Amino acid sequence: MPHLLRIIFQPGFFASAPVHVALFAGGIVAVVSGIVGSFAVIRGQSYAGHALADISVTGGSASFLVGISPLWGFVGVGVLAAGVMDMIGIRRPRGRDLATGIVRGAGLGLAALFLYWDTTHTNTTGAAITILFGSMFTISTSILPVMALLSVTAVGIVAVLYRPLLLSSVAAELAAVRGISVRAVGAACLVAIAVAVSLSAMTIGTILSTALLIGPAATGLRLTSRPGLAMTWAALIGLAATWLGVLLAYDSFYWPPARHGWPVSFFVVTLIFLGYVLAGLPGGQRPRRLAMRPAGSGSGQG
Amino acid sequence: MFSGFMMSTWVVATIVAAVAGVVGFFIVLRGAAFVADAVPQGAFAGAAGASLLGINTLIGLAAASLIGALGIGWLGRSGRRDVATALALVVMLGLGALFLSFSVEYAPEIYALLFGEVLGVSVGEIAPVAALGALCIAAILVVYRPLLLASVMPELAEARGVRSGRMDLVFLVVVALATSLTLPVVGALLIFSLMIGPPAAARSLTDKPMPAMLASALIAIGVVWASIAAAYDTNWPVGFFVGAIGAGCYAAGRGWAAFRRTRTTRPGAWRGAAEHGPQAANVRV
Repeated sequence: MPHLLRIIFQPGFFASAPVHVALFAGGIVAVVSGIVGSFAVIRGQSYAGHALADISVTGGSASFLVGISPLWGFVGVGVLAAGVMDMIGIRRPRGRDLATGIVRGAGLGLAALFLYWDTTHTNTTGAAITILFGSMFTISTSILPVMALLSVTAVGIVAVLYRPLLLSSVAAELAAVRGISVRAVGAACLVAIAVAVSLSAMTIGTILSTALLIGPAATGLRLTSRPGLAMTWAALIGLAATWLGVLLAYDSFYWPPARHGWPVSFFVVTLIFLGYVLAGLPGGQRPRRLAMRPAGSGSGQG
Repeated sequence: MFSGFMMSTWVVATIVAAVAGVVGFFIVLRGAAFVADAVPQGAFAGAAGASLLGINTLIGLAAASLIGALGIGWLGRSGRRDVATALALVVMLGLGALFLSFSVEYAPEIYALLFGEVLGVSVGEIAPVAALGALCIAAILVVYRPLLLASVMPELAEARGVRSGRMDLVFLVVVALATSLTLPVVGALLIFSLMIGPPAAARSLTDKPMPAMLASALIAIGVVWASIAAAYDTNWPVGFFVGAIGAGCYAAGRGWAAFRRTRTTRPGAWRGAAEHGPQAANVRV
């Protein structure tokens, strides 16, 4: 038995400081993404979530230039982009993806320029790859308190607005009749998504950011039709996938072909994807589909 | 700027822009921006895999973008389309990260694939790009009418015997093909700026589909030419100019549409269908 445990947890796993930080930061981000992501999926804003992660990269690359902490670059530009998206019409279902895409395109164009300046003016060739793909094992411990604070902010927005947000996501007309400002609630939700996503984009990279925002939330909504329960599932699934991914990445140091470990993002994404596919297999108890589609989502194109 | 080695760049970039404009017209019409965004990034995994295996990058790109597009179609049948797209995207990117970690490519090479390296096009690349581009345009022209109908009014298309599912698949494959030829030039992260900005602008210029498609291709060519010239002069990445000018096109289009709306209230035929539902449309097919 101890032998088996030694195979699963390679020597030094629990003693390694980078692993501690990865488990802690990755865990926070996974839980926050699961909770906020449930609303992104219910509201049909997967694309906005993904685009905000990419756009926050612009802030990250700009922060290298002006010399502020990347954290503020990521979060600041993420929230700013959420505001622009809301302004140019993210509420209209049909033109929404288009507006999102345009903002993302302009943001990434700027990111290309900033990264180019980063690599020519300062001598950080690896900055591009670090910013784009992130690495959980290189998170600095000094940003952990700020990270925790921002995570609480994102979850706090969603928690305070829970009922009006849910109502205006599922039945916007009914919410408006009840006196809820659908527009303001939607904007607040987008800001929460922006904070959660830019946080995760900075700590674990844009790939995992989108994966943790959408994957666990979509899986949770497949498992149950009760929103609160689905959110709990999403947080747990995200947490499990992240921690298991960190463990596998640590173990993979001794795997072929290269002796430097496989990327964490590969493991986490694969685990999340497997979870989603398994949850959709026929035969299990399929919950009755609640009205979990955003109003006017059309024929599901896009 | 027009010296020998730049000529192949101009030729390839023009083909790429024309194809992106034509394919992008249908992307905008179907509101499928997320797919147009996800497929190129997924294709990036193929490029990383191809460089790992030592095969032609174009083959890797085409294979990966086809797998990504078909994966979106397959996943989208049993769940929400945007969720399926997001998941297919991250799985492909996860694979890309894995391939990258195995390979020994320099960071600048990968940077070029992500953000485009338009000034490094060789003469040998003209023929395959032209062939793939012709294939894309031909595919669009063959399915033009059913695809247009299925994009604007799926219900009516079904009633007329057009299989929406099959049209969707054709559309995804064309996007995948267009992606694999655009990617090395503009880069994975900015292809869809080229596929979305110009068509969105063209849509606000005219209500007729065919002229809009042509206008979209012409605007895309203009964007790419301006971007290359600016990139050549400033030495800044071409992706920046494509992104900025593409967004500028969209803004100009929105402004023009708003200006026109103040003069006339009649919604355009096929654009009316896209924005106001079938009731508002009077499309003759």
